[in-house]
Amino acid sequence: MVEQPSLEWVRYSPAQRRHRTIGLLMAAVCLSWGWSHIAARTTWGFVLDAGVQLQDMGLRMFPPDSSYLVQLARPLVDTLHIATLGTGLGVLIAIPLAFLAARTTTPSRRILRPLALLMLVTSRSVNSIIWALILVVLVGPGLLAGILAIALRSVGFVGKLVYEAIEEAPALPVTALHTTGAGRAHALAFGLVPQVLPVMAGVSVYRWEINIREATILGIVGAGGLGMALQSSIDALAWSRVSVILGVILATVVVAEWVSARVRLRLA
Amino acid sequence: MTTEAARTWRPPPRIASASARRFAWVAAVAYALFAAATVDVDGARIAEGAARAADFFGGWLRPDFLTRWTDIRAGLVESVAMTLVATAGGFILSVPFGLGASRNLAPAPIYAGCRGALAVFRAFHEVLVAILFVAMFGFGGFAGVMTLVVATVGFLGKLLAEAVEEIDPAPLEALTAAGATWPSRITFGVLPQVMPRVLGLTLYRLDINFRESAIIGLVGAGGIGATLITAFARYEFESVSAILILIISMLLVAELVSSRLRRRLL
Repeated sequence: MVEQPSLEWVRYSPAQRRHRTIGLLMAAVCLSWGWSHIAARTTWGFVLDAGVQLQDMGLRMFPPDSSYLVQLARPLVDTLHIATLGTGLGVLIAIPLAFLAARTTTPSRRILRPLALLMLVTSRSVNSIIWALILVVLVGPGLLAGILAIALRSVGFVGKLVYEAIEEAPALPVTALHTTGAGRAHALAFGLVPQVLPVMAGVSVYRWEINIREATILGIVGAGGLGMALQSSIDALAWSRVSVILGVILATVVVAEWVSARVRLRLA
Repeated sequence: MTTEAARTWRPPPRIASASARRFAWVAAVAYALFAAATVDVDGARIAEGAARAADFFGGWLRPDFLTRWTDIRAGLVESVAMTLVATAGGFILSVPFGLGASRNLAPAPIYAGCRGALAVFRAFHEVLVAILFVAMFGFGGFAGVMTLVVATVGFLGKLLAEAVEEIDPAPLEALTAAGATWPSRITFGVLPQVMPRVLGLTLYRLDINFRESAIIGLVGAGGIGATLITAFARYEFESVSAILILIISMLLVAELVSSRLRRRLL
């Protein structure tokens, strides 16, 4: 006798259900291990009085010391410079690397392409604050370390997105220019660059927005800008200044995000 | 008679007005000069740093995994634990925030509240949140977990809301017409359409959280970052290089695993 298929609707097939159960179990095991690891190393007394600490911090932060705002003008301008010059320098390095890394434009697939790809990956794998930590040791604390840190981190980001855009661009215009007798440089300049220019501009502006956010904290390791003011205010326990700095950072990030969204909308 | 210049083709300029074009160039160059002028470049300090650079890059070539191995292993294990717990916690919390921030599901006040909360979560860099949480919860991994949870909710919540706003409304309408309750409308009409994408993004976030766990340790929030800053403070560049190499190779492995998992999910 043929078994009657169940008439009741079930959401997943038996195999799907088995996979889901196994997946959930594995996730649960990983999680309970992770949680017990963290919990065993936590001093719960400090966690439980977090409310008291928050209230205490809040009371110290308010009212914000508004007279400090004047002294923040210079660190704020420094932060903007770090982000903008760093992005510019990063883009200048990233674009030639992108052309070396793209399969369609690289002059040598064996040597230069893997080398360019390795440089892009290294740049992306190290966070800008770690780059800043390294650079403060090498060139001393200040704006220069911040600019170079932002630039080194941006190279990988911009380079990766631009080289992908180059590889995805239709090759037909370049071929057409070749058939008219144009040289390699001309064919790329008039057949390919106009296709990827909007991507380059959009990615650069997007990275600038991210860099503004990162530039606000680089000062914590000594690379200039608002973060340096923040670190010294925290060290001096001047919480009424800390709240002013946090307000300025929030405003800067929001404005940068708005500017970047407007510009990218016009580019698209 | 035509001149030679008129017969040479030039691509049309991107900014049509010649004066606007000139203004853009002048403004860009003026800004670059003005900004570069505010940067003090201390030649003597850089020369001094050059000696350290040799040290530093020498250290890169001689990574030392053994001397600080106990600290490095403890840091890495704590980072992994922080990453797992924070990603799961952030994912669970991002569902209510994300649904609340979807224009097509939530009433206006809830929508505004959730959008605002998600914007604040994303506005502050993880390091700033970590400083605050270390002050609140004390040093160590717990503050790190809370920091990463906030960042994860900001990231996943926003992307979940965007995915929900783009769903096909037909299944939802059909469920409503059949008299389904609100929870089952969400479970059967909304989540199946967005979950594959959101789970993929969660795996991506797992990657980011591991990266970030190396950073927030710099301000005392536990994990491998704490080990890293200690090695830096002692100028033990061989250990620094070993830690960075371990982070990068773990990220590469994580990327391979997560891209394979993502392919199975989608």
